[in-house]
Amino acid sequence: MSSPILKLVEEKFYKRTVPTFHVGDTVDVLTRIVEGEKERTQIFNGVVIARRSTGINESFVVRRLVGNEGVERKFLIHSPNVIDVKIKRRGKVRRAKLYFLRHRIGKARKLRELRISKSKTAKPELAAAAV
Amino acid sequence: MSVIARKGVVQSLRQSFRSEWVEYMKAALIGTKVGMTRVIGEGGAVTTVTVIKAGPCVVTQVKSCDSDGYDAVQLGFENAKPHRSTMALIGHAAKAKTGPKRFSREFRLQEPADVNLGEVLTVSQFAEDVSFVDVVGTTKGKGFAGTMKRHGYGGLTASHGVERKHRSPGSIGGASNLGTGRGVKKGKKMSGHMGCVRRTAEALKLVDIDTTNDLLIVAGSVPGPNGGSVIIQQSKKRG
Repeated sequence: MSSPILKLVEEKFYKRTVPTFHVGDTVDVLTRIVEGEKERTQIFNGVVIARRSTGINESFVVRRLVGNEGVERKFLIHSPNVIDVKIKRRGKVRRAKLYFLRHRIGKARKLRELRISKSKTAKPELAAAAV
Repeated sequence: MSVIARKGVVQSLRQSFRSEWVEYMKAALIGTKVGMTRVIGEGGAVTTVTVIKAGPCVVTQVKSCDSDGYDAVQLGFENAKPHRSTMALIGHAAKAKTGPKRFSREFRLQEPADVNLGEVLTVSQFAEDVSFVDVVGTTKGKGFAGTMKRHGYGGLTASHGVERKHRSPGSIGGASNLGTGRGVKKGKKMSGHMGCVRRTAEALKLVDIDTTNDLLIVAGSVPGPNGGSVIIQQSKKRG
């Protein structure tokens, strides 16, 4: 889809390595926040409910509960402000978009944990998007 | 105001507008729209941009007040196949010592041109103190479009007894329209052909220039489809 000329423009904005994570994972998103002259790292913890688009436009949505209110935040994967995505728990899911979680209350909100056998985890996981 | 007086005003307005339009060409090129993408700036700020492959353009003709009655520069962009071009085009291009061009556009000037016949203009002319550009293109054709798409009419409601008229324009005027009962007002917005019109996107911020690949990266959108030809000029209103 993307023309070679567009790639030429986008190239310099790609991250060298992209954190590997999947929809359904409970993650910590480390973001860089600039307050005046100070810089600090903020952590947003929650479940990845969607990943969309490709290339420089690729983004993901993380959902968490604050108090009793659902909060969703969207991050651009290649944004320099997204420092890292750390997987806390793998979720076993069968669809790409977990919007159904929005309507779930209480325990039903929980996703079954994905347990991977040792032979599978031994394989090195490739970065999702090639530079 | 009498009709003649009004005409005079209109004419003077048009002239003042025109003199603005004929502003001295500082930077202008013909190019093709490549497509849209995102650019990440300092601090992670994301800008939506359009990439335009602009130039190199050859000056195929320099018009002057003496010979043509006005000052202008004609630029040619992209080579055409000589065996598919007319001899007239080939001969015209040969004067500038190039081959026939697929696109040529004239840019009017206020003072005599400081470019020479056969000179090659590139995106580098935008590098110096050009921060905003105007981009002219032909919008995407939408075919025969209804009033909702074409003029943003609201249509009728989905329910409340409305039947098969959900996208209709509604009333187009009463019998006493214009106070004379002459029917529908002239220029009433109705459905019809939409798109395929020359449009100018004004004062788009010039985000980046790639002189090695002849690319102009412009913030926002530009009229026309990807691959459509566009004219890029230094912004008339914001420079």
